[in-house]
Amino acid sequence: MEKSYLDMELLRFTTAGSVDDGKSTLIGRLLFDSKSIFEDQLEHVATSSKRRGLSHTDLALLTDGLKDEREQGITIDVAYRYFATPKRKFIIADTPGHIQYTRNMVTGASTANLALILIDARKGIVEQTCRHSFIASLLQIPHIIVCVNKMDLVDHSEEAFEKIKSDYKDFAAKLDVKDIRFIPISALNGDNVVNRSENMPWYEGATLLNTLENIHIASDYNHIDGRFPVQTVLRPKSDEYHDYRGYAGRIAGGIFKKGDEITVLPSGFTSKVKQIHLMEEEIEEAFAPMSVAMTLEDDIDLGRGDMIVKTGNQPNVSQDVDVMLCWFSPQGPQVRSKHTLIHTSNEVKAMVKDIHYKLDINTLHKEQSYDKISINDIIKVSLRTTKPIMNDSYRKNRSTGALILVDESTNETVAAGMIV
Amino acid sequence: MSKYNLTHLKELEAEAIYVIREVFAQFEKPGILFSGGKDSIVVTHLARKAFWPAKIPFPLVHIDTGHNFPETIEFRNNLAEKLGAELIAPSVQDSIDKGRVKEETGKDASRNWLQITTLLDAIEEHQFDALMGGARRDEEKARAKERFFSHRDDFGQWDPKNQRPELWNLYNGKKSFGEHFRVFPISNWTEMDVWQYILAENIDIPSLYIAHQRDVIWRNNSWLPMSEFIQLREGEEVINKQVRFRTLGDITITGGVESGADTIEKIIGEVAAARQTERGNRADDKRSETSMEDRKKEGYF
Repeated sequence: MEKSYLDMELLRFTTAGSVDDGKSTLIGRLLFDSKSIFEDQLEHVATSSKRRGLSHTDLALLTDGLKDEREQGITIDVAYRYFATPKRKFIIADTPGHIQYTRNMVTGASTANLALILIDARKGIVEQTCRHSFIASLLQIPHIIVCVNKMDLVDHSEEAFEKIKSDYKDFAAKLDVKDIRFIPISALNGDNVVNRSENMPWYEGATLLNTLENIHIASDYNHIDGRFPVQTVLRPKSDEYHDYRGYAGRIAGGIFKKGDEITVLPSGFTSKVKQIHLMEEEIEEAFAPMSVAMTLEDDIDLGRGDMIVKTGNQPNVSQDVDVMLCWFSPQGPQVRSKHTLIHTSNEVKAMVKDIHYKLDINTLHKEQSYDKISINDIIKVSLRTTKPIMNDSYRKNRSTGALILVDESTNETVAAGMIV
Repeated sequence: MSKYNLTHLKELEAEAIYVIREVFAQFEKPGILFSGGKDSIVVTHLARKAFWPAKIPFPLVHIDTGHNFPETIEFRNNLAEKLGAELIAPSVQDSIDKGRVKEETGKDASRNWLQITTLLDAIEEHQFDALMGGARRDEEKARAKERFFSHRDDFGQWDPKNQRPELWNLYNGKKSFGEHFRVFPISNWTEMDVWQYILAENIDIPSLYIAHQRDVIWRNNSWLPMSEFIQLREGEEVINKQVRFRTLGDITITGGVESGADTIEKIIGEVAAARQTERGNRADDKRSETSMEDRKKEGYF
C-alpha cells in the first residue's frame, strides 16, 4: 500500500460567489474529478434535480445541506467540503455570495491559506469580485487565485482573458495581497481545472488543481516571532510526575527550542524552556501551529491567558488597540459600549473608545459620516481593555492579531477584529 | 516538505487537541459522548494526548440503547478501565420503563430517536455543560454545517440557521444557565483521515470494523447482523458471510459490507476505492432526506 499520505499537506481555501458564476459547478468538478463524490450522493443529487424539474444533474445541490437551503435553492451558511489528492488534503470553506455575505466570507476567510475568486469571462470584474478580493486582503489570505470562468462562452479568447487580468491587477494595486495568479477555465467543460485545456493552447500556466497542489504554503505561518499563549496548566500530581507542571497550548508564532530563553507576559518573569512534549514523546523544537506542553526551568506562577514569548522579541502589551472590525449584529456599537473581548487564550472586557470610520466595501472609501452601523459593516475603532493583551498587528501574525467581541447579555459573537 | 511544515494528519491532530483543551478550560462539567465507534475512540485518544501526563479529565458518556453489539460494550468497559476514566451509561430501557419515551413499533422500529430523550435527561441529571462527540462534517450534509462549538438551547435544540460565526481558532463557549454545548474536535477530518490516524497511532478499535465471519440477513440493501432483536420476514434467510462494518450504531440498524479487509492497511485501501459513503448502510439516515437534520435539531448527537 502507498504511504504517500504521511507526506501530505493541508491546504484550506475559501470560495465565494453568486448563484450563476459557476462556483458550485467548479467545486462539484473538483470533488468529482478527485473521486470525492460517492455514488449514493450522486444518485441523491440526481433524484433531487429531477424532482425540481431540472434537465441536468445540478452539482450545486451537493453543497446545500439544510432543509431550507434545498427548498429555497440558496446557501445560507458556510459549508465545509473536503477532498484530497495524493499530494494534499483540501478543506473548502464554501460561502454564499448574497445573504450575510460579509459575515460568512469573513468566517471562511479567517482560516484560509488561499482564496479562489471566480470571474465570469463575459462580465469581467463586477462589484462582488471587488468585495471578495477586499475581504481576502483584509483577512490577509496569503494567496489568491483568480479563475476567469466560462472561457468557452468567449471563444477561449486570450484577449478577453488578458483584459480581465489587467483590469484586476489595476484594482488589486489598492489591496494588500502578496500572491495573485490567474487561470482561464471552463468549469462546465473541465478546461484547465484538472486537465489542461486543448482549447487554450496560448495559456502556458498550470491548471487549477496543479496550482492548488503546488502553491508554496510552508511560510504562511509566522515562524519568526515566538508566541505561546497558555491554554491550561497540566498538573498530574501522580507519583511518577509529582512535580510536573506543563503549560499546554498551541504555538501561535515562531519556533521554540529546548534551552531557549523565554519571558512570561504580562508578568515579565524570565526562564528557559526545559522540555517540550507531545504526549510521551519529547520533542526538540515546536513551531506554529503545533499543540504541545512545555515545562520551564524555574517555578513561575502562570496560567491561562498568559503568554510565553522568546526573550528579546516581545509583542505589544497594551490596553489600547486600534482594530478593523467586521460587525455581525443588527445592533451596531456606540462609543463607550462594552463587550467581552476574546484574544488568544485571553478574555477581557473592552470598551469602544472611538469609532474612526466606516468602510464602503465596494469602493474602499472611508466614510467619516454615516447613518448607523449595522450587520455586515466594516469599521475602524479604538478599543480600551480592562487588562493588557499581548498582541501583534494582524499583518504580522494572523493568530495574535485576531480577536472577537461577544455581547455580554446575549452571548452572541458580534464582531471579528483585526488589530492594526 | 519543509522542516517547519506539518503533515495534514499532524495539523488536524494539533487542531483537535487545541479544541479539547479549550473545552476543559471553558466549561465546568464537560464529557465525551462515547458511542464505541471509531470516531469517538479517536476523540478519546486525542483527549488522552491533550492532557498527558495527567489523566483524561472527562467522563465517557455512553447512551446505552440496549441494542448493542456485545463487542462494543466489552471494548467500552476495557477502554474506560485502561484510562481510569469514569463511565456514565444512561439507558434507553430506563427511559422506556419510566414512561419518558414509548418504544417504536412496526416494521422498521428502532430506538434511534428514543436516545435523544435519554441523552437530554442525562445532561440535566449530570449537569453537563459541554459534550464532545466524534461527528465529522464530511459524514452527512447537515453535519457539514456544524460548528466546532455548537450551541444548544435550554431544550437541547440546535438552530442551524442562527449559529454563531466561528472565526480563526477563537471559540465562544458562553451560554446562559440551562444551555449547553456540543463540541466536535474532529470536524475537519474525513473517514480516510480517521483510518490513516488509527494506523499511524496504532489505536485499538473494536474487531467489528475488521472483516469477520458473521450470520447476516439481506435487508434494506445491506447485510444486517442477525441478533436476538431481529425477526425474520418472509423471504429472508440467515446467511454466514465475511463482512465488516464501516460505522457502528445499534445492532438493529447498522448494516455491514462484504469485505476481505482484515487489516487496517486493507481497510484504507477499501476506503480509497469505496464508491458509497460510509453512512450509506445506516437505516437511521434513510428515513427521509433530512432525517439527520431533524434529529440534530431535537438534540441528537
